[in-house]
Amino acid sequence: MSIPLPLFIAVPLVMAFLLPMFGRKGKVAATFLANLVTIFLLVSAVASIGKSEVYEIGKWSIPLGINLVLDGLSSLMLLAISVVSAAAMLFSARYMEQYTAKAKYLSLFLLMVAGMNGVVLSGDIFNLFVFLEIASLASYALVGFGCEHEELEASFKYMVLGSIGSIFVLFAVALVYGNTGTLNMAYISEAIQYSGMNAGLDFALALFIVGFGLKAALVPFHAWLPDAHPSAPAPISAMLSGILIKTLGIYALARVVFNIFGVSVSVGWLLIVLGLLSMVAGAFLAIGQWDLKRLMAYSSISQIGYVILGIGLGATLIARGDNLAWASLAILGGLFHLVNHAVYKSLLFLTSGSVEMSTGTRQLKQMGGLAEKLPITRTTCTVASASIVGIPPFSGFWSKLILVIAAVQAQFYWIAAIIVFVSLCTLIMYLKVQRYVFLGELPENLQQVKENKGSMLVAMVFLACLCVLMGLLVLVPGLKQAILEPAVKVLTDGLKYSVDVKGM
Amino acid sequence: MPYALCFLLFMLGLYCAVVKKNMVKIVIGIMVMEYAVNLFLIMLGYRFGGSAPIIDRSQLEAEQVAASFINNSVDPLPQALVLTAIVISLGSLALMISICVRTYEKYGTFDITQIRRLKG
Repeated sequence: MSIPLPLFIAVPLVMAFLLPMFGRKGKVAATFLANLVTIFLLVSAVASIGKSEVYEIGKWSIPLGINLVLDGLSSLMLLAISVVSAAAMLFSARYMEQYTAKAKYLSLFLLMVAGMNGVVLSGDIFNLFVFLEIASLASYALVGFGCEHEELEASFKYMVLGSIGSIFVLFAVALVYGNTGTLNMAYISEAIQYSGMNAGLDFALALFIVGFGLKAALVPFHAWLPDAHPSAPAPISAMLSGILIKTLGIYALARVVFNIFGVSVSVGWLLIVLGLLSMVAGAFLAIGQWDLKRLMAYSSISQIGYVILGIGLGATLIARGDNLAWASLAILGGLFHLVNHAVYKSLLFLTSGSVEMSTGTRQLKQMGGLAEKLPITRTTCTVASASIVGIPPFSGFWSKLILVIAAVQAQFYWIAAIIVFVSLCTLIMYLKVQRYVFLGELPENLQQVKENKGSMLVAMVFLACLCVLMGLLVLVPGLKQAILEPAVKVLTDGLKYSVDVKGM
Repeated sequence: MPYALCFLLFMLGLYCAVVKKNMVKIVIGIMVMEYAVNLFLIMLGYRFGGSAPIIDRSQLEAEQVAASFINNSVDPLPQALVLTAIVISLGSLALMISICVRTYEKYGTFDITQIRRLKG
């Protein structure tokens, strides 16, 4: 079964504009339809694994028209997006009952999903910018969805920095068009190979790195994330931390650096330094937090550092002409960590939403002893924490292990040491979560707390099962060849992208 | 020279967005940046004394299109891009201004130094 590529974008987009018509009375029907859409996307994403195709919109052949490209990296990202969005949508079916205007929320949610699917499928750099803006605008609105003091403030902050990032990307697109005369990514890549880099293209690459770095919240550009992610409703925090920063930031950056401009040693080192800074700074800042969701948001910054470190390490090794096997191992570690982080961080944010809904607070000091009251939330949260820390059978362990092995093989022993050190910091912060939320004394006012029921539990248990099973993605050779290796190959092949796309 | 002025406009917008304390002024700064990029795109396609890129039937039949057409007409693609970018920036402007208004209702001020509930 093969699904036409535009459906990945069209179905959520159309549904996003239909749902607000249901209004207050059709809330149940709207929720059902929205869930149906995300599940449809999940099934389609699973069905599209291992395929690679190019779809020309309106039968205009490239470079005249716009094309959608599905390759290994795109289908990996599609899979991650659809898993997280299906779980978050299931969770919000019950969680969002606290808010008014649920239909509008569902509509914005689907708009964000459509934008992200568009970003990963687009083969046209301007089209990528348009979808990036769709997803970002929906996320600005969702961060401010509660319309309270903190939410509006966070939304404004996010919006200012996000808009500046988008404008940088648009400026870079304009520069690329001025220098190469085309907007199709395959043709841009070919033109750059033919003519070589010049000052304008160097400036464009710098603008791309800053723009996508702002979207990905890499450390010098991270100021908005610790405000924006905790302020959003819990399922949206899960979407933002789990997948939005990776799609708009890491994926777009990797695509531009590897497939369009081609890797160079300096860019590779820049990515490594950004990654290390994010890892260390995020981890240190997270340990000091007393707000549950804020702690998790800072830990997102730290984890995104691992992903960019793996990709940067791969870029450096490729550019130096070192052993390609090490480079692909580093990239494999980075991409696998990306998928893992999507799953366990969204699970952590969902459990934080469950705790917040039961207790009405996010402050660690006001909680305690919830282990008996919220047994399932506690179990799933422990699984996710074990996974993010890197306890052996869980998914986070494998991706960190691959990164360490890659760093050691490439003789960057100090990078391997930093990876292990940041893991220890992560252990401290999640021990803190366990200690203050689930263990210790139960405060007087929380005696009546009850476990949440229904769809929220289903979503959390679904993601927790994935956390346990994800290790199989690298351990079972068949799964690894089907899902991860094509994605790694897209990046290690680098500039062959243009030949591949034109050949399809 | 026009490119330098355009870049100056971009930097002015960036300066305004980064330095100003008033929320509305920050929004204005972002929009100035946006317009500078739009202007840059338009200038990429502009050609002094160029003609509109439209071919009529007689030119097509005479098959003398190629050289003179390519040398004289302006590039229409950036105009299409700018149109799209303007629509997007309109959407984000509307959202930003509405968030400013809602924030003013809550805090009673536009000064971002006084809107500081989030710390850490």
